[in-house]
Amino acid sequence: MTYEIVGITVLWTFLYGYLIVASIDFGAGFFSYYSKRTKKNHVIHHIIQRYLSPVWEVTNVFLVFFFIGIVGFFPETAYYYGTALLIPGSVAIILLAIRGSYYAFATYGSKESNFFSFLYGATGLLIPASLTTVLTISEGGYISQESGNVELLYGELFSSPYSWGVVILAIVSVLFISASFLTYYASRAKDEKALELLRRYALTWAAPSIIMGMIVFYLLGEQNPTHFASMLDLWWMFAISFVAFAVATFFIWKRRNYGTAFILVCVQFFAAFFAYGASHLPYLLYPYLTIYDGFTNETMAIALIAAFIAGLLLLLPSLYLLMRLFLFDADYVEGRK
Amino acid sequence: MFFEYDPVLYSRILTYATLGFHVIFATIGVGIPLMIAIAEWMGIKRNDPHYTLLARRWARGFVITVAIGVVTGTAMGLQLSLLWPNFMQTAGHTIGLPMFMEAFAFFFEAIFLGIYLYTWDRFKSQMKHFLLVIPVVIGATASAFFITTVNAFMNMPQGFEMIDGVISSVNPLEAMFNPATPTKVSHVIITCYLTAAFVLGAIAAVRILKGNKSAYHKKALHLTMVTGAVFAIGTALVGDLSGKYLHEYQPEKLAAAEWHFETETHAPLILGGFLDSDNEVRFALEIPYALSILAGGTPGTEVTGLNDFDPNDLPPLWVHYFFDSMVFIGMFLAFTSILFVFMNWKKGWNPFNRPLMMMVVAGGPLSILAIQSGWIFAEVGRQPWILNGFMRTSEGATTSQHVDIMLYLFLTLYAVLGITCIVVLRKMFNRNPVEREMEKRGIDNQEIE
Ligand code: HDD
Ligand code: HEM
Ligand code: HEM
Repeated sequence: MTYEIVGITVLWTFLYGYLIVASIDFGAGFFSYYSKRTKKNHVIHHIIQRYLSPVWEVTNVFLVFFFIGIVGFFPETAYYYGTALLIPGSVAIILLAIRGSYYAFATYGSKESNFFSFLYGATGLLIPASLTTVLTISEGGYISQESGNVELLYGELFSSPYSWGVVILAIVSVLFISASFLTYYASRAKDEKALELLRRYALTWAAPSIIMGMIVFYLLGEQNPTHFASMLDLWWMFAISFVAFAVATFFIWKRRNYGTAFILVCVQFFAAFFAYGASHLPYLLYPYLTIYDGFTNETMAIALIAAFIAGLLLLLPSLYLLMRLFLFDADYVEGRK
Repeated sequence: MFFEYDPVLYSRILTYATLGFHVIFATIGVGIPLMIAIAEWMGIKRNDPHYTLLARRWARGFVITVAIGVVTGTAMGLQLSLLWPNFMQTAGHTIGLPMFMEAFAFFFEAIFLGIYLYTWDRFKSQMKHFLLVIPVVIGATASAFFITTVNAFMNMPQGFEMIDGVISSVNPLEAMFNPATPTKVSHVIITCYLTAAFVLGAIAAVRILKGNKSAYHKKALHLTMVTGAVFAIGTALVGDLSGKYLHEYQPEKLAAAEWHFETETHAPLILGGFLDSDNEVRFALEIPYALSILAGGTPGTEVTGLNDFDPNDLPPLWVHYFFDSMVFIGMFLAFTSILFVFMNWKKGWNPFNRPLMMMVVAGGPLSILAIQSGWIFAEVGRQPWILNGFMRTSEGATTSQHVDIMLYLFLTLYAVLGITCIVVLRKMFNRNPVEREMEKRGIDNQEIE
């Protein structure tokens, strides 16, 4: 494995981590708001609060890790993406800022407020939509580079079916991942009412997420045939993804093995996400930038990988402690602590 | 606005807005965990529930400020790439390492902060819960350490070779531990602690001024002023070393801060004043020899003057006022906290007298003003360079055409966040006053005249 591959794998893994934990968080915001509107809030509010309160900041760090890491490993990306993404990037920052701070305000600060929970629910869907712009433009065709100036072609972006497909895929996936996790959490908490409601949410969003996946797969073929061809070479990973999805949905439907079902959902997205990423290589930004010409120098690469390993040794035990205290501690989950 | 669109100018203003806003919460975020740890420790050692409650209530307010620190920090981290893509493309080769480690430090802190906040009553032994705040303190301070090494690097770039704009022979550790690092890092970290002590002290002093007689607030004030005095003295000492660093490595910054035009020994320190059209200093207070002493430790030290530099490489001279404000506030904070400690120590003297309480209250906002002044002085004093001696600020900026709209958007965002933060904090503590909480927890509320 070359340093370039190690670097991009590390980053992709963190992005995957963000995809899962942030989806849980984003979706929870939406469900929380939706159930409030439909007056079912009392049923699931508690479950969502108990899980989210201790971990929201950790979620954010996954993202920070990714965007700091990518500039470290691939400084060239700062130039292309940085210049092109000023507006969508700033919009995402503002949404993240509103979400993070108003979450804290609502949870620790003031009484229940409809406005805060509306912000929390709405940003939960808008953030994934705006963040996926990055993946969309990486496919090429949305950026021009004339006389040294990088520019994002908004007309192309907003009129492209692929770009809208990705947005919808992101939103429905968020809802599916989140609902399947919360279903599991509710079952651990032995909260039958919440479980019923969340299970229904999970089943509702299962089919849309897989159908959107297929539609986007097809649309990508139109947008970037090269990438599409290498995705077909990795068909078996998508097959794994599909099987994991089918079994997970089956379990949830049959009201059993909610834990395994959630792990299978993670597998579903892991396989698809890594198949997508692996087939995207060597391009970071098609066709301008590959992992090879955008890479940092070798000394820095070694230093970053060393720092990464040392950091993991520190983080994994701490994360384990966090999960043990809040996720696997039956008393806490059931609300007795 | 009234001037022609220039992405460099707007990028600078936006960077200033984000950093200036972030640094308020970042500073508090680095300092307050230490204060919480000290309070919780005192509570255990003296078996005094007042201190434990202090730690609890500080921690509760801290969550709100951390949230804003995190979101504005995230904004800053992304904006570095969005506003300064050319700079990051070049500098990413050398500063990637400390920024990467900073992210780890955040991670570590975030995990333990989550655990700490939700486990107050979960352990039988209080000591176990206290141990959880240690990683938070370490994580916060480590993140300040790493990010400040990046800033030090921008002031004293080393650890690489640049040939025709291409970077080679990179040594990341040498880049991190450059000559600016020791003074910069220690000054930043100790001023974070100092500011936290004064912000918390000011809150207690406000209560006392309002006539609250609870021992709780007196203990809070005592704790913050004793630590504040230690950090204030430390700040002045390290600030002096920072001056010596500037003399050695960035003499133009020091000369600009002091309106020092002619190279000479026995140079005086200039306080306040203004420059007339012939660059003559008017109405300033001069302290003889003090600049030479600040620069080299002896009156005989020769301090290079502005006239010996290429005028194109000089920062704007108004940084003088920011330097002066910082130093003046530093002296004021040291004076206030030492006076409190002294009066408290003397039998029969009342340290809680009105004038002194008012000075402590002023110390809170002033310490934050000093942080702002210090950063403006340090960053503007480095101009026109973004990477001192290698890259000019104008070369580092984005070429995008929309920075102005983004500026207005972000200014609105920060205004809204800042106001909501204050409102929420006030509501939070007014709705749950300390007397009621003491009653609820069965803590004796001693009143002291
Ligand atoms: C509460 C805040 C505070 C206080 C009271 C002081 N400072 Fe400060 N100072 C800072 C907060 C700060 C800072 C915000 O942390 C800076 C900005 C950049 C940096 O490295 O630290 C800084 C920078 C800074 C620099 C520039 C360093 C550089 O550019 O590398 C010098 C020479 C001093 N300080 C000197 C002093 C002196 C002699 C003080 C007298 C007591 C003093 N500071 C008080
Ligand atoms: C990662 C490290 C940092 C980078 C890459 C960075 C970059 C920059 C850049 C590009 C500017 C604009 C240049 C200018 O207009 O003066 C700037 C200005 C500024 N920075 Fe830094 N900086 C860093 C660290 C810090 C830190 C840690 C602070 C304090 C919190 C800080 C405070 C400021 C301030 C107050 C300004 C505004 C100066 C002005 O008015 O123009 N910087 N910084
Ligand atoms: C002396 C100046 C600075 C100090 C002391 C400081 C410290 C902090 C602190 C204490 C936090 C809150 C994190 C937490 O509590 O978990 C924070 C957040 C953050 N800061 Fe700053 N910071 C400074 C300047 C900067 C600059 C210049 C950048 C830009 C690179 C930056 C990037 C970030 C990021 C990305 C976060 C969010 C991290 C998260 O999600 O937890 N900081 N900073």
